Amino acid sequence: MISRLFNFRGGVKPESHKTESSGTPIDQAPLPKRLVIPLRQSIRSTARCLVEPGQKVLKGEHIGQGEGSLGTGVHASTSGTVVEIAPYPMAHASGLETLSVVIAPDGEDRWIDRVPFDYRKVSREEALGWLRSCGIHGMGGAGFPTHVKLGSGTGIDTLVINGAECEPWITCDDRLMRERAAGVLSGAMILRELIGARRVLVGIEDNKPDAIERMRAAASTIGDDVAVVAVPTLYPAGGEKQLIRVLTGIEIPQGKFGTDFGVQCFNVGTAHAVHRAIHFGEPLLSRIVTLTGNVAHPGNHEVLLGTQVAELLALAGPKADTDRYIMGGPMMGIELQSLGVPVTATTNCIIAASPTLFPPPPPEQPCIRCGECARACPADLQPFELYWFSRAKNFGKAQEYHLFDCIECGCCAYVCPSHIPLVDYFRFSKGEIWARERERTASDQARARFEFRNFRQEREKAEKAAKLAAKAAETRAKLPEAAATAAGTAAAAVAAEPAASPEDLKKALVAAALARAKQQKAAVTPKNTDSLSAETQAEIAAIDARREKRNTQDADKTP
Amino acid sequence: MLTAILIMTGIAIVLGAALGYASIRFKVAGDPLVEKIDAILPQTQCGQCGYPGCKPYAQAISNGEADINQCPPGGEEGIRKLADLLGREVKPLSEEHGTEKPKSVARIDEQVCIGCTLCIQACPVDAIVGAAKQMHTVVAPLCTGCELCVAPCPVDCISMAPLAETVETWKWKYPVHELRSAA
Amino acid sequence: MLNSPYIRKPASVQGVMLAVLVALTPAIAVYASQIAAVVLVNLAIATATAMAGEAFVLKLRGRPIAPALSDLSAVVTAWLVVLCFPPILPWWATMLGVLIAIVAVKHLYGGLGQNPFNPAMVAYCAMIVAFPALMSQWPPAGQLDFQTQLGLVLGGVRELDGVASATALDAVKTGLRAAGATVDAIMSAGSFGVIAGRGWEWLAPAYAAGGAYLLACGVITWHMPAAFLAALTVVSGAFWLANPGQFASPLFHLASGGAMLGAFFIVTDPVSGATTPRGKLIFAAGVALVAYIIRVFGAFPEGIAFAVLLMNICVPLIDMNTQPRVFGYRGDKAR
Repeated sequence: MISRLFNFRGGVKPESHKTESSGTPIDQAPLPKRLVIPLRQSIRSTARCLVEPGQKVLKGEHIGQGEGSLGTGVHASTSGTVVEIAPYPMAHASGLETLSVVIAPDGEDRWIDRVPFDYRKVSREEALGWLRSCGIHGMGGAGFPTHVKLGSGTGIDTLVINGAECEPWITCDDRLMRERAAGVLSGAMILRELIGARRVLVGIEDNKPDAIERMRAAASTIGDDVAVVAVPTLYPAGGEKQLIRVLTGIEIPQGKFGTDFGVQCFNVGTAHAVHRAIHFGEPLLSRIVTLTGNVAHPGNHEVLLGTQVAELLALAGPKADTDRYIMGGPMMGIELQSLGVPVTATTNCIIAASPTLFPPPPPEQPCIRCGECARACPADLQPFELYWFSRAKNFGKAQEYHLFDCIECGCCAYVCPSHIPLVDYFRFSKGEIWARERERTASDQARARFEFRNFRQEREKAEKAAKLAAKAAETRAKLPEAAATAAGTAAAAVAAEPAASPEDLKKALVAAALARAKQQKAAVTPKNTDSLSAETQAEIAAIDARREKRNTQDADKTP
Repeated sequence: MLTAILIMTGIAIVLGAALGYASIRFKVAGDPLVEKIDAILPQTQCGQCGYPGCKPYAQAISNGEADINQCPPGGEEGIRKLADLLGREVKPLSEEHGTEKPKSVARIDEQVCIGCTLCIQACPVDAIVGAAKQMHTVVAPLCTGCELCVAPCPVDCISMAPLAETVETWKWKYPVHELRSAA
Repeated sequence: MLNSPYIRKPASVQGVMLAVLVALTPAIAVYASQIAAVVLVNLAIATATAMAGEAFVLKLRGRPIAPALSDLSAVVTAWLVVLCFPPILPWWATMLGVLIAIVAVKHLYGGLGQNPFNPAMVAYCAMIVAFPALMSQWPPAGQLDFQTQLGLVLGGVRELDGVASATALDAVKTGLRAAGATVDAIMSAGSFGVIAGRGWEWLAPAYAAGGAYLLACGVITWHMPAAFLAALTVVSGAFWLANPGQFASPLFHLASGGAMLGAFFIVTDPVSGATTPRGKLIFAAGVALVAYIIRVFGAFPEGIAFAVLLMNICVPLIDMNTQPRVFGYRGDKAR
């Protein structure tokens, strides 16, 4: 079905270290003592909390409502009691805390009523809504909500299912495809239907022959338009844009989405989660996590979302010389600042690191512009140029040299003979540029509001002055007439004299004002009783009659 | 001699005419310098510089009436940018105009607020909502942290709360340039 | 706290520099055995001078000395300086050249990675301008015994009659100035070998072998040597075909002077050269063109050093205008 593979430039081939953890089947992790479920599911959106401390929840029960278009539902991963809703550290490089729901499991693991969702019977929007409420979002990297990625469902030719798993050490997708190939493909079929794609391409790096074989076996039962493709092992072939490039030859520039080019990409884990959500009515409550590195028993575990890393690590038995833990792979993962961090849908791997396995990089040396980084860069950038600009904080120039096309894959820093932490410089530059943009927006807004306030104050002043002037002019114009009226109604004696002196004028004005007020008071009648139709008049009469009657009755009752 | 004088005069007339034409033909509307200075100023509108807002201060700098180191919210970076723009020496923030503080927003203690509207009138960016004898509140995303509302409050219910770092505002730090110590 | 990536390829600046030194060894072996063994003495003098000079400047600049010395970049510069200088240069001239390269060109611009000009080439140009006579005295290959060479290098004696001779490039150039002379006639003289200067011509394949090693290690890319050699061949070939009597063959130009050293070790200097793939082609081809023009029409017999410096000036312009296409930007260039 696909005639040839494409390639992307650059890329590196670090030691894969997959065999340590890929040999044993997925193990069901025991129920943890407590679950910490963050309400923030991605950097973009935080869910609204639906539960209170002390409340009993069932497995799969909604505890957070997705807010905004990027929000997805949050669920209790097991049955138990909500203990507290408090800030807990999140799986983020900053180590900052986020509001989380802490659940003490009751050990029963009792489900809500699960009903398979027939997405064919309902509209497309409803189906996407279901995935959204099930909390389905990307399980590969950025955790982008699936219902958003499914887009409008038009103009998509190719659906790419990402099973490349190019980062060293990680094997969770490998095990998933080996053991649950049918589920993954079933999810892929649902996604294909929802997005309206013609064909499905499953990309798997060729260092996972078993997974490729199982997936091919499962795909053979489905049809011709599903192909399982072995792609060459080259980091970062599992990057979304790189995999799309390898499989279809399409290059998606920064800031654009695959949907603009007729192609969309989902992770195998996401496809499996979609399969569970649609065919079993199960929200996203667990994922497969690789525990590997400097541990006694490396392997893969099916873990409830919200399980804290500290509790999870006990399953693998970190060795004594472990000095830190990496969440994610060694190329793009983050070093955990706290073991209280919970497993989330994007937590694919925890690596126990020791100085022997992951030696600290040698000290930074000067850049000699050797161009190794440029040859390794899968985005075809010139990292050393970006480095010089970032180091000098020349952010404008860095942006001009396409800083934001950098996917932070780490290839440049990996190959750099001068051991320069290039990606750190790029992350720093990006952060500064974003911060400046935020500041700029805020100051532009403040300027606009300040200027509008000044304008408004000026306008109000002018309006007030104009009003006063107009009124004064009007009164002055009306004066003789007003004086005459005043004379007629109030004081004949005053009127008889000619209104000449200002004193008299004032008096006349006051008299006129008084007269107007009197008139107005006299004229006050309920407005809604003016000009009534005959029926309404009759109704009013009837009501009045009733009221009269009751009054008399009441009067009768009272002794 | 005469020829030389004539030639020089001729050149002077031609160049003068060209310059005169250019100054009319390529005249830039408005005063771009004031706009450029205003773009650097943080738009806090706090008046700590001694002028009623950022624009008037920008005008004053451009006229040479004010120095470039009178803006505490802009801080050192602001002074540096102004110095770059105007080709002047960077100097430390003038102490009489205040000190650089972390960015904060105003917070109204709603239990204490009596609804006097004084803070609403003081706010330069209309970031406080409320009505007479009704509770007031600060629209935090619009607040510039100018502190102009703090003084007018008759019941002292407004405090300045420094902005906490969130995931959205968190930034990667500048990589530490490690130098191996001399062996 | 460290950030990703947590794994690094076992590569280092030291490794790169070591590869360059290893790649130079075949040429040094040919040089010492076929031309003048005293080159080994020169290398020792230059290496010691480079290390001492670098350590001194680092101390002045308040920088850590050990890491900068151990990266071997000063040694590479020192060796390149020696290989482009005449081997019978007095010791102080070698030292001076190395100090110009290390102190003036490398460290006055901010140390490793910061110099816009190729240090060895600046040293060569400065020395040939300052000491034109000394820098033009090349011994005939394998004619002097080691004692004489050593005397010339270490002793102050300069009895050059019968010791030094013109290089092949020089001989061709001055020979052609005489009326009626042809390239063939000049090259039939005893100082010429099969294609270029007798003995000297064997340096070319040795440099090429070293270059092949660097290419195999991935230290250099094919762009620079290929563009340099191709451009030199094309331009010299064009003139030669037009008038074989008055212009030497491409083979002669490739095997003479610093052509091969330049192609694999000088233009490929990453610090002062162009960095983009297209930029590298333009840079190296430019060096070859300018070098040929100076060789044939200029006042100096060898023009590679001046050509490299001229092209070094153009590097920012070349790089800026040859930025490669960034992933996802179809058709339009990166800038």
